[in-house]
Amino acid sequence: MTAKLTIGPILFHWPTEKQLEFYARIADEAPVDTVYLGEVICSKRSAFMVQHYDMIAERLKRGGKKVVYSTLSEVLIKRDRKDIKGVCDIQGEEEVEANDASALFHLSGKPHRLGPWMNVYNEDTLKFLAAKGAYHASLPAELYKDSIAVLGEAAKKLGVALEVQVFGRIPLALSARCYHARAHQLSKDNCQFVCEKDPDGMLLNTLGGQQFLAINGIQTLSDTYLNLTGELEELQAMGVSYFRLSPHSNDMVETANVFNRLIEGQIDAAEATSLIQATGDVEPFSNGFYHHQPGHKWSTAS
Amino acid sequence: MNETSPPMLRPELVCPAGTPASLRTAVDAGADAVYCGFKNATNARNFPGLNFTPEELETAVAYAHERGTKVLLAINTNPPAGLVDLWKSAIDQSAALGVDAVILADIGVADYAARKYPDLRLHLSVQAAASTPEALNYYCQEFGIKRVVLPRILTIPEIKEIKAQIPCEIETFIFGNHGLMVEGRCSLTNYATGVSTNYDGVCSPASQVKYVEDANNNLSTQLGDFTIDCFSCNENAGYPTICKGRYVSNARDQAYYAFEEPISLNLSRLLPDLIEAGVSALKIEGRQRSKAYVHKVVSAFSKAVDDVMVGGKPDITSLVALTEGNKETQGAFQSKRWR
Repeated sequence: MTAKLTIGPILFHWPTEKQLEFYARIADEAPVDTVYLGEVICSKRSAFMVQHYDMIAERLKRGGKKVVYSTLSEVLIKRDRKDIKGVCDIQGEEEVEANDASALFHLSGKPHRLGPWMNVYNEDTLKFLAAKGAYHASLPAELYKDSIAVLGEAAKKLGVALEVQVFGRIPLALSARCYHARAHQLSKDNCQFVCEKDPDGMLLNTLGGQQFLAINGIQTLSDTYLNLTGELEELQAMGVSYFRLSPHSNDMVETANVFNRLIEGQIDAAEATSLIQATGDVEPFSNGFYHHQPGHKWSTAS
Repeated sequence: MNETSPPMLRPELVCPAGTPASLRTAVDAGADAVYCGFKNATNARNFPGLNFTPEELETAVAYAHERGTKVLLAINTNPPAGLVDLWKSAIDQSAALGVDAVILADIGVADYAARKYPDLRLHLSVQAAASTPEALNYYCQEFGIKRVVLPRILTIPEIKEIKAQIPCEIETFIFGNHGLMVEGRCSLTNYATGVSTNYDGVCSPASQVKYVEDANNNLSTQLGDFTIDCFSCNENAGYPTICKGRYVSNARDQAYYAFEEPISLNLSRLLPDLIEAGVSALKIEGRQRSKAYVHKVVSAFSKAVDDVMVGGKPDITSLVALTEGNKETQGAFQSKRWR
């Protein structure tokens, strides 16, 4: 099967207008198979977009894209739980991706996808969840090649599609505390949505001046942008058939075009990387996790 | 008779046992239960010099059981695909050695344990990051979980509400290291060092820690290739844990603790509230700590629980000196404002 591209959920708090424009362009121009919609980081942000998703989904479908609704990754309060139930309730009419066990509670026994926060690290977990209705799994970002290969074999037998993130800052941690609010000396309950200031996350540098991490509300991401252009062919051979592009404020349509041309063999990984560099401020790159190295490392094929 | 509240049940004090010697110390100091792990990646404190061989565990179980103390075994990491046999054999050994419960996080491992050893008592680890009634009920229904260790992100009223909606016991951390990230959902160490908290059981490995002094006697602490903090000569340099480091961001004029300062969790003042909320087990963090530390903390909390059960106030003055940099917090438990 030819590999397909997906657009992951927007992790950052982009203004509504920016999100509407983003999805309009993706719908009309991007060579992607699937688009994930939904607020997965902070339920306080959900209110801004929720009334637009029907319209966005319709536009994406008209553009030939599959639409999947992703659930929150960290579920704490009543509002979060209600959000999760609301998304899971549309299963049957729409596809749903679970990012926490609260969603699994609602979806178990029905067809569903497993998101990258579901901690599918091994074949036994995949097998158990497949028997409960999971037909598509996005793997945790920190998994390395040998394990992905074993999961690829298992997924084939189980008839589960595998997805791996190949572009964008890497989700590294979640917390109950909002670090954006903390940086601005606010509390989470009274955050004034300061996270909107940083469309690709707020950079944290070390005291030595080195770039290190990016803050997105309760989430911590890598400063580096994951770039698995050089690993794409190997991933496909191991049975990974979906490649996730995580949205950033660079030119994502062009990013999707580049990955598409790479999949179709029109360009090689080196050319793809230089074309991705031209899409915006997306460096430094990393691919360490895949190679079982520190995640921030970057190496190109020797 | 007062009909508003049911009688408080005495909670179990669950104490760290990083080594056979500290296990005996904890048992002797009044632990109701101790928790420990094997010497490998199957538990989340996989540090050199810590943990138990199967032979050591057998002796330890006998020692604890003779004194009426339970032994809980943490098998609470996620096996990476291809290596699951190590985790299965840890489950097999736990069952054979007669531990009182195993503490699990991975769905595949839980499924194996539940199917193969239906009589083995299963606890859900904090590493599973299950924080709602739905998530907890999911694990209870699928694997027959008897107790859940809640993530350190909930307030006491939230814990009380959860308790009313789940069929199993609740265990919460009350003292020790206060990790800021949701356990089981943090790859920061792996990003900096190449070893994973989730599948290697390691957070901030000592082998990748460096202390570098400059010409002005400033000491910087590093993990992997990254500086985590920097201390002038009149400060005590802390151990470099990413979520307790100082960083620079354009939101602040000066370097700041972007996540949390080095601080320890201490819920001794909240013990009556936790017990009233229906918490069945109180967990003390610190399998990497010394015997002397374990002795002091376990004795103090054993006494504190006794005091609370007879309506007194827990005396915790002796505990403050044991907290990290003598700073303590009640974290998320006290108020939503912490978030």
